[in-house]
Amino acid sequence: MSEILLKLEGVHTHIGQYHILQGVDLEVPKGGLTVLLGRNGAGKTTTLRTIMGMWHASRGKVSFAGDDITAAATPDISCAGIAYVPESMGIFSDLTVRENLYLAARAGEMDTARLEWIFGFFPALKKFWNFPAGNLSGGQKQMVAIARAIVEPRRLLLIDEPTKGLAPAIIQGMITAFRELKETETILLVEQNFNFVCSLGDTVAVMDGGRIVHAGMMADLAADQELQQKLLGLSLHVHQ
Amino acid sequence: MLTTLLSGDFPRSRALSVLLLLVLVGLALAPFLVHGARALNVAATICIFVVLVASYDLQLGYTGIVSFAHTMFYGIGAYGVGIALHAMGPGWGPVALGTAAALAISLVLALVIGLFSLRVRAIFYAMITLAVAAAFAVLASQLSDITGGEDGRSFKVPEILQPSFRLMDGEILGRAIDGRVVTYYLVFASALALFLLMLRIVNSPFGRVLQAIRENDFRAEALGYRTVVYRTLANCLGALVATLAGVLMALWLRYVGPKTTLSFEVMTDILLMVVIGGMGTLYGAVVGSALFILAQNYLQALMGQASEALSGVPFLSQLFHPDRWLLWLGVLFVLSVYFFPTGIVGKLRAGALARSQKSP
Repeated sequence: MSEILLKLEGVHTHIGQYHILQGVDLEVPKGGLTVLLGRNGAGKTTTLRTIMGMWHASRGKVSFAGDDITAAATPDISCAGIAYVPESMGIFSDLTVRENLYLAARAGEMDTARLEWIFGFFPALKKFWNFPAGNLSGGQKQMVAIARAIVEPRRLLLIDEPTKGLAPAIIQGMITAFRELKETETILLVEQNFNFVCSLGDTVAVMDGGRIVHAGMMADLAADQELQQKLLGLSLHVHQ
Repeated sequence: MLTTLLSGDFPRSRALSVLLLLVLVGLALAPFLVHGARALNVAATICIFVVLVASYDLQLGYTGIVSFAHTMFYGIGAYGVGIALHAMGPGWGPVALGTAAALAISLVLALVIGLFSLRVRAIFYAMITLAVAAAFAVLASQLSDITGGEDGRSFKVPEILQPSFRLMDGEILGRAIDGRVVTYYLVFASALALFLLMLRIVNSPFGRVLQAIRENDFRAEALGYRTVVYRTLANCLGALVATLAGVLMALWLRYVGPKTTLSFEVMTDILLMVVIGGMGTLYGAVVGSALFILAQNYLQALMGQASEALSGVPFLSQLFHPDRWLLWLGVLFVLSVYFFPTGIVGKLRAGALARSQKSP
């Protein structure tokens, strides 16, 4: 059994009068890719934002590498080694691609070898290096957001719906990138697109109504159409 | 060298480069290009407002901080030097002491206002700064023994800056090099140095973080940046530069009063200059200040000439009557916002970018 890097125990989160997370229990093992699946409004994005301290848990505990980060401030959580790629291509559109990545390089300078490694996944970034990120296409903006998260080695990447609104050809490129990324990084990936993640994920958790309703190995879920139907209301065959 | 001087932030538009060069050369040679006290006063006011507006843009345009207390810091600078020179007599000692005291007071005030209120929403912060600035203006007029109240204070500046001082015998290009010319070049050189310093700040990694915070503070925090700290630092920097602009204004006018520094009219003028020039572009401060102050000073005279020329046409001569210059200034502002929503600099840069992307 691999070491647990991130652990949520009975986490509740309220946003205003709404009780969004209602006792989330989630474990992310060190190394590999964990997928957080669920329909719209299940609480996936809120889970990531609660981990990042953007919304603090009203009850429960969030531990990262053994440290309690439940009440920690977002910058401290980031400095502890968690990178967050928000949904909707969360880039700084007025800044250039270079400046977007430079912001994430807390060491001050970007490692050239690591940059070349990133350009290997996303060649378009090299081409548009000095262009305002706001002028890029949707797929390229998503590449900037992911590249920003990995410009320095992190202990955990939280990635929120990276394929949202992207063309199938770009999604295929993302699959290749994530397959290579998960060899060196620990990733918690939120997705609705089951086809995208079923071949990528090592472990999976399914959310519904603000709770985790299933947790296990992705290979088991991918092989069990009845369970998919029950948890996600879909059949892999229908969506392939 | 130019890259270092401009911190790599070039105008990125030919029209803008020409415009900026015109302003720079015009201001650099103003004492020899124009004659008369009024014209030189306009040039010096432009220099000082370039600094003041740029320091406001550092807060509003680069960091997204809406503050109405900028004139308060400007006033602190002017009053600091004014009170010191009035109390201690002319000399560089009082200038240095007044400037240092003003900078210290501004720093403490900006720090306190920032740390206590930059956590709240932008609109609440704006309201807090409005209240603090109004309270300070009332305080300045009430403490008449120190500040001179509503009448303000006139004072003597160091000898080299006094109009009776002659730096050399004879004239250069028909202009005697007196204390006013010396003061003008002190203002011009200080303004240029402060502007280049701000250009360096906004183009530094610190400046990029400020822009990131303006665009999305949650994302900036997720990258590990404490946005309150950065906002407070930007607030302090803007306040300190505004204080120095106030010092320059006091030295130029040899007078300090609530109307010239602390009034809400000055604050709205600064806002208009930032919007007209273009927010988030320091060059916008140059263009906005130059156009606005020129219009403020010469539109009335220009309209008088237009009215005279149109004296035979009944409606138009009345429409361009010099008394209506404020109405036309308002119309010009509305038109500039309508046609240049991103400011003149934003529009010129966008045009240049579009042309460069079209060309193969």
